[in-house]
Amino acid sequence: MQAFNLDLCDLPPGVDVLREEVRSFLFETLGSYSKPNRARSWSAFDADFSGRLGDRGWLGMTWPEPYGSSRSALERYIVIEELLAFGAPVAAHWIGERQSGPLLLRFGSDKQQEKLLPGIASGKSFFCIGMSEPNSGSDLASINTHAKRDNDGWVVNGQKIWTTYAQKCHYMIALVRTSGSVKDRHDGLSQLIINLRDPGITISPIRNMIGDKEFNEVKFDNVFVSDSMLVGEEGNGWQQVIAELAFERSGPDRFLSAYRLMVELIRMFHKTEDKHAEVAIGRLTAHLVTLRQMSLAVAAVLETGEQPTIEATVIKDLGVAFEQLIPEIAHDLINVAPNILHGSDYEKSLAYIQQACVSFSLRGGTTEILRSVIARGLGLR
Amino acid sequence: MTEISKTLAETCDRLFSNLINNDVLRETELAVWPDPIWQQIEENGLTFAMVNENHGGSGIKWIDCFQIIYWSGYYSVPVPLVETMVSSWFLSQHNQAPPKGVITFFCDGKPLDLIESNNSYKISGIIERIPWGASADYVLAEAYNSNKQVYVLLDAKKSKIVKDKNISGESRDSMTFDKASPLTVIDISDAFRSNSLLVYAALARSVQMSGGISAILDNCISYSREREQFGQPIAKFQAIQHQLAILAAEAAAAKIASQIACRAADLIDVSSGLEFEVATAKIRAGESAGLAASIGHQVHGAIGFTDEYSLHYITRRLWSWRSEYGSESYWARRIGKEVIAGGADNLWADITARL
Repeated sequence: MQAFNLDLCDLPPGVDVLREEVRSFLFETLGSYSKPNRARSWSAFDADFSGRLGDRGWLGMTWPEPYGSSRSALERYIVIEELLAFGAPVAAHWIGERQSGPLLLRFGSDKQQEKLLPGIASGKSFFCIGMSEPNSGSDLASINTHAKRDNDGWVVNGQKIWTTYAQKCHYMIALVRTSGSVKDRHDGLSQLIINLRDPGITISPIRNMIGDKEFNEVKFDNVFVSDSMLVGEEGNGWQQVIAELAFERSGPDRFLSAYRLMVELIRMFHKTEDKHAEVAIGRLTAHLVTLRQMSLAVAAVLETGEQPTIEATVIKDLGVAFEQLIPEIAHDLINVAPNILHGSDYEKSLAYIQQACVSFSLRGGTTEILRSVIARGLGLR
Repeated sequence: MTEISKTLAETCDRLFSNLINNDVLRETELAVWPDPIWQQIEENGLTFAMVNENHGGSGIKWIDCFQIIYWSGYYSVPVPLVETMVSSWFLSQHNQAPPKGVITFFCDGKPLDLIESNNSYKISGIIERIPWGASADYVLAEAYNSNKQVYVLLDAKKSKIVKDKNISGESRDSMTFDKASPLTVIDISDAFRSNSLLVYAALARSVQMSGGISAILDNCISYSREREQFGQPIAKFQAIQHQLAILAAEAAAAKIASQIACRAADLIDVSSGLEFEVATAKIRAGESAGLAASIGHQVHGAIGFTDEYSLHYITRRLWSWRSEYGSESYWARRIGKEVIAGGADNLWADITARL
């Protein structure tokens, strides 16, 4: 039996040109962006930078015209891996471009696409995901936020939590209960596009343990959402969410979040001969190269229209383990304390990644949930 | 997957599953040479799969022959198929028609001495841990001819053999040559840097390991569905499910890493830095092998620790293959040195330029 179906992917000819374009663009626009800032990877929010990417046509590039430029998934892959390897601040457009846009293209109405996709592709309209709730983390099907029918729309009440950059986003695509009760689990859930400027919405940033205000609590008090903002079919929300997660789990963001610390770690051994460092860095490099090829292989499958859900899940599980290994190796090799205020580039990068990395195995599905998904794929559940 | 890969995968899966069983594995561990199995494998053309067509082979690429080596690892094929494939290919690459028969190789120790006198060559020295040295017809070995590295093909029957084995009971013999006449002497061409055979030997072991890891995964899946405790199959327990999820991820990583190296072996040679991809494969497959063997035994419980049950045939091989032709630390150091010397800011460009 072959558990997984992953074939090596050969990059199409001509991508080197695109890669060089992205590198020159990054050098020009972010040449002086500091190394510790780069370590923040796709958590750093910069609306202006996202707008510039939109101007270059590098957001939504796989989408059909007129919204995108019908480029291949592998070309998009080249662009995003270059952004991440550089440590560019991509958080503003990240969710919208990675999953909200593709979700709307697949399930959204023509009107929704006309209204929303141009904003995402130009890097001006930002999206967040409304999934988790205070009492529904890994058990997503138990959500309580509900929408009641009201003339030509819905009235939403409830609360979302851990919503990344909700305070800076324009829209949320929220998973809400439109019929039945919590006992009905996956049935009766729907996805609604909610304009975060609408009345009845309170967004409160939650300070995380590093001191950053990235995630939020979002409360809905009789928020009216028109029928035209229902994504796909009423009651089909769970299936749509599952499809959406496949876009989320296999990209280069799943193994490059700590890459900038790896770079700074290697820099520390410049012109030295250290056997332990050579072994450890060689090992990390082998992991990096392997993960990238696995992730590319999934991108190639996605391109054919198939949904490699299990394979994507495997990459997130392995990718996160690799990201979390980097600060461990750093501690193994170098006798330096992390320091976020007055440290060297290395110390600051370590300080950020050391703390942030515990969230990598929580966001986008905890490792435990991922392993259960893989086990189901193996036929064990 | 190419058509030829699919065909090879189906052929090898069927052939090896018919040929190999616990009895065969047990007997070969007692140093019984399974000649009927070797004959069948040779008749199917597998040993000559990679040999150039002008030397009577099939000229199949590494990325396709991946399947032969992978499935030989999966089924713990207890004959030197892989060694013969690689040696024959290596000879063919150096414009030498490989002979029929069992060819083993030597590339990971003190090379033999090649002495030239009166226009003839003589080989002397001892080489150790040679796969199936006692059963081989030929051995392809690294040698030195006054500080110049060469490869020599020797008649294995002209050596004095001391039998030994690795921890999986695979034959690993020492061979002593005393003024033996080499059948062939190969000067290293520009395309093959020194210790190039080691790179290909490591590649082959990586692919074998990826097959073995998949075999453990499949064993564990079927065993955990059959074995009942607390009134249900142990596969229903989350603790087991998560162990197998980790194992499945490792199996996928080892397989891709080995394929990366096979693809690279078709595109570049050792002088162009093939060792980078091979090191990646050997490191990644080696790490996965360790984890897979541990998880495999943990899931199987006491039965997996018995001689009677088949799991150990593959786990003991994985532990052996992991350290043969360079351990993870050996290869990690080789590429780690390069990465550090290349400079932190160039790593990404280097990786993306290669693959």
